Amino acid sequence: MESPLRLVASHPLDELSRTVEALLVVASAPLSLDELAGAADAHPEQIEEALHLVGERFAEGRSGIVLEHVAGGWAFRAARAEAAACARLFERPAQRNLSQAALETLAIVAYLGPCSRPDIARIRGVAADSAVANLLERGLVAEAGRESGGGAIRYRTTPLFERIFGLESLSELPRLDDVGEDTAAIRERLETVAEKRTA
Amino acid sequence: MTGVGSTEPTNSAGVGFAGAGAGISVRELELDLDAFEGPFDLLLALVLKEELDLRDVDLAGIVATFLERLAEREELDLEACGEFLVLIAALLELKARALFPDENAELAELDPEEAAEELARRLAEYRRAKEAAAWLRERLAAEGDRFFRLGPAPLAPKVETPLAPQDPAQLGAVLRLLATEPPQVSLRHMALNFPPVSQFLERFRAVLRRRSRFDFDTEVRELTRLEQASAFLAVLELRRSGELVLEQAAPFAPIRVLRSAEEKAIPDERTSEWNLRSA
Repeated sequence: MESPLRLVASHPLDELSRTVEALLVVASAPLSLDELAGAADAHPEQIEEALHLVGERFAEGRSGIVLEHVAGGWAFRAARAEAAACARLFERPAQRNLSQAALETLAIVAYLGPCSRPDIARIRGVAADSAVANLLERGLVAEAGRESGGGAIRYRTTPLFERIFGLESLSELPRLDDVGEDTAAIRERLETVAEKRTA
Repeated sequence: MTGVGSTEPTNSAGVGFAGAGAGISVRELELDLDAFEGPFDLLLALVLKEELDLRDVDLAGIVATFLERLAEREELDLEACGEFLVLIAALLELKARALFPDENAELAELDPEEAAEELARRLAEYRRAKEAAAWLRERLAAEGDRFFRLGPAPLAPKVETPLAPQDPAQLGAVLRLLATEPPQVSLRHMALNFPPVSQFLERFRAVLRRRSRFDFDTEVRELTRLEQASAFLAVLELRRSGELVLEQAAPFAPIRVLRSAEEKAIPDERTSEWNLRSA
């Protein structure tokens, strides 16, 4: 127990990859590199190598089970080719029938989170209460403390959100600054209206 | 009806009006509220001159007053109802705005240039949110064929507290300490032996047969604290049954015990007050 190095040396890569497979098949949420390393009692670098091996074995087109890097960790999922069969057996309530309001709210929380209901309402122009409640119930957003000074509750997206949308992390969300030109156009329109009114 | 806008009831305030006739005069409706007392039109005038803060005015009280007036009449005065609704709605809106200083108010304070800028910024922000939502929708459709196991959050890793190497002999010694019979705790101080109250009932009755009055403190001076307590209970008991009267000049002053036969028709105020307190 004193020297972890000796332990690692006693784990040939093949054996370690089997351990990783076992951990991933038992887990119900993605496991981070550190979690895998801790459970397998191995170095993260060794785990990375083992994951590479597992990934080759469990890939689309090669297996019904696929290894994926998602929501900040590693997880097994069904191969895309088997989606139809899976759909006949399993419901996916978290992502079924997401309304436009829910998606907009989800987008705001994902991009600007943690943010509060008033923040969301300010951007969408309507109260965000029911949309937030809906997303909370689905487990796509979660509470993330309060605004400073005991203010409104703030929300962030959950790992489940990243998993459902197939994101490694929130940084994978595309940049949305290409709407800059629109800002100028909108402004111009508003100014025309304003001029007409004062005239 | 005069021209009463939903947000600008300015024109209607304090101005002469038509339609009073035989019906209810909404503007002359007499109000008696915490913040204001007088006719409705005066309230409107004061509010509009900002001499009265609407936040202090109980609008529900105005509605209740109006409904009472309305109920006093045999028939429904539609004219008055309509006028009242318009006015109270305007007041409610004004009050709501005062209670929730909102974004629009902030916008209104900006000059047109700034307001346009702010609006454009907000619209752009909303547009961005909409685009992000659209992206999420596409993403969801594209990733819809990914099935995975869902479960509760992973169990928190259990923390094992490492134990230092232990000496069995030391453990034995500690256990021996725990196994010894604990010392008997004396409960003697808890057994309060109250002398029977009846004993003092008899004693005080005897004293009062001999004397018409006595000083309680002097009488019990020789007794223990517990006996004094019992004696006091006895005195209270006798007072309740009307056999004696108690007097005390001031709190903690000596208590005088008087035979009931000498009781005055109305015991003096101080005594009754004391009796109340002792009850």
